[in-house]
Amino acid sequence: MSKELGEPIIEINKVNKWYDEFHVLKDIDLTVKKGEIVVIAGPSGSGKSTLIRCINRLEEYQEGIIKVKGIEVNNDVKNLREIRANVAMVFQHFNLFPHLTILENLTLAPVWVYKKPKKEAIETAMHYLEKVNIADQANKYPNQLSGGQQQRVAIARALCKSPDIMLFDEPTSALDPEMIGEVLDVMINLAQEGKTMVTVTHEMGFARKVADRVIFMDAGQIVEENDPENFFHNPESERLQLFLQQILNH
Amino acid sequence: MVYPPKHSKEPPVLERGAIAWIRHNLLSSPFNIAFTILGIAILYMVIPPFIHWAFLDATFVGHSKSDCTGDGACWVFVKEKLNMFMFGFYPQAELYRPKIVIVSLLGLLAFSKFFKGRGVIKLALIIIFPLFAFIMLHGGYFGMPIVETQKWGGLLLTLVIASVGIVLSFPIGILLSLGRQSKLPIIKSLSVFYIEFVRGVPLITVLFMASVVLPLFFPEGVNFDKLARALIGITLFEAAYVAENIRSGFQAIPKGQYEAADALGLGYWQKMGLVILPQAIRITIPNLVGTFISLFKDTSLVMIIGLFDLLAMVTVTANDRDWLGMDTEGYVFVAFVFWIFTFSMSRYSKYLEKKLDTSKGR
Repeated sequence: MSKELGEPIIEINKVNKWYDEFHVLKDIDLTVKKGEIVVIAGPSGSGKSTLIRCINRLEEYQEGIIKVKGIEVNNDVKNLREIRANVAMVFQHFNLFPHLTILENLTLAPVWVYKKPKKEAIETAMHYLEKVNIADQANKYPNQLSGGQQQRVAIARALCKSPDIMLFDEPTSALDPEMIGEVLDVMINLAQEGKTMVTVTHEMGFARKVADRVIFMDAGQIVEENDPENFFHNPESERLQLFLQQILNH
Repeated sequence: MVYPPKHSKEPPVLERGAIAWIRHNLLSSPFNIAFTILGIAILYMVIPPFIHWAFLDATFVGHSKSDCTGDGACWVFVKEKLNMFMFGFYPQAELYRPKIVIVSLLGLLAFSKFFKGRGVIKLALIIIFPLFAFIMLHGGYFGMPIVETQKWGGLLLTLVIASVGIVLSFPIGILLSLGRQSKLPIIKSLSVFYIEFVRGVPLITVLFMASVVLPLFFPEGVNFDKLARALIGITLFEAAYVAENIRSGFQAIPKGQYEAADALGLGYWQKMGLVILPQAIRITIPNLVGTFISLFKDTSLVMIIGLFDLLAMVTVTANDRDWLGMDTEGYVFVAFVFWIFTFSMSRYSKYLEKKLDTSKGR
């Protein structure tokens, strides 16, 4: 991989998190550079979703420090606003707003939070809807679309605030098999455009194709990280070897 | 092996139409058959006598009790006392004022039905109309003599109490429900205390407190309008129920909706106002309308503090020396009027539910 990467944009330093007694993140250190595509893999319950949800503070952490574009992710309202403006997230269950049309879903945050003129917000929204190939559904409601279409809308919604960083939390896990492809295609296009992406996924094909770095988490820690080539072909730790056997040979 | 596609065909005749419906719903088992027969027998015993009383043997024309010679109902009574049922003791000469208010309210409703969009105008009307209605009904401006709220009565009073109660308890209820969800402990416990306290007290007690006990705390000579006190009592009472309805809506909304709103950068009020509340209210429409229907009927309780709503007017009019013994006609008529309003409300709730259901194509 000979891709030109920029400055560090996400810095995670010795982060620890507990759910009551349960130690879910253990001394996590991770730096993501601008333009980098990072895929996080690992068995369920390994803390990978929790980790990326700490980056935009959907979850709090108790020890350590996370910085996004040099701004600390903490309780400070101003910091939080700045971070949420720069970090977008796509969820496993899409989480579109069912009472709003597709177009309204996309323009909600730009109009109300970022105070864009409505006309401009609609233009931007239509631009991204075309990009994810769904512009003809703009006036429908989320529940009238298929899962794959809804997830593409969710990606377009995330893009509408022009974030520097896209977080994907298992974006294809809730989809029927025949719809995974259309969502992955959109994500691959994004990756090739140089957006910084941190993706939690089980789609190893996606990791192989576009990731700059693949990270393996287990039991709340980062066990191994490598470029995709070595990650898949020369896994060092026993746990990763076992994991790869399980997901690649079923 | 390739299988050719099959055409859909109609279901068998016995599965469709009226006969199938009767077989499925009325005659599906011996128990069901017995109930069907019992039901028909009860209807036979009740309906024909009622029709005889209310229509066939009833008197519709005339001006006094002596015109009622038939065995049936004396609707002349309702006709002659209609103004009292509708407006209570509102002075005869000023009756055009409540009539204008009612006509303009109907006009407004039709207007907002056919006039799509422009939420600002609708909002303005929601604020301007009550002012207009108050000035018209109470008077004191533009040369209209003042009509004390003591004289308001009948359906007019019922509608005033119900609509003020509904319109004001709704926003207060929303705030209380948000308070109960709040992460701030003081706001949360105040809201919980208020809601649980009010729900633990009967409305009749609240009205009694508002009417009898509250004035004891006023300074000497200060007299606060009785109707206003009742309105405040009913509004605050109803707000607690509205809050609990909306809270049940909150609980039906997936966590992902909050998270998506957070991740997009929406602040607390934007998240609640644009994403969570519209969905929560939508879910609770049937419950909310149920609450409002019982509020509408509960307005009759103001009788105990000396306000004469629609129901109380039966007692008043049937005590008239010329019309003694007309209670039955009065109660049947009033029940019918209540039914028209409550039934319209529940139909409207059905319509709203359908209209706001976004899961199907429009």
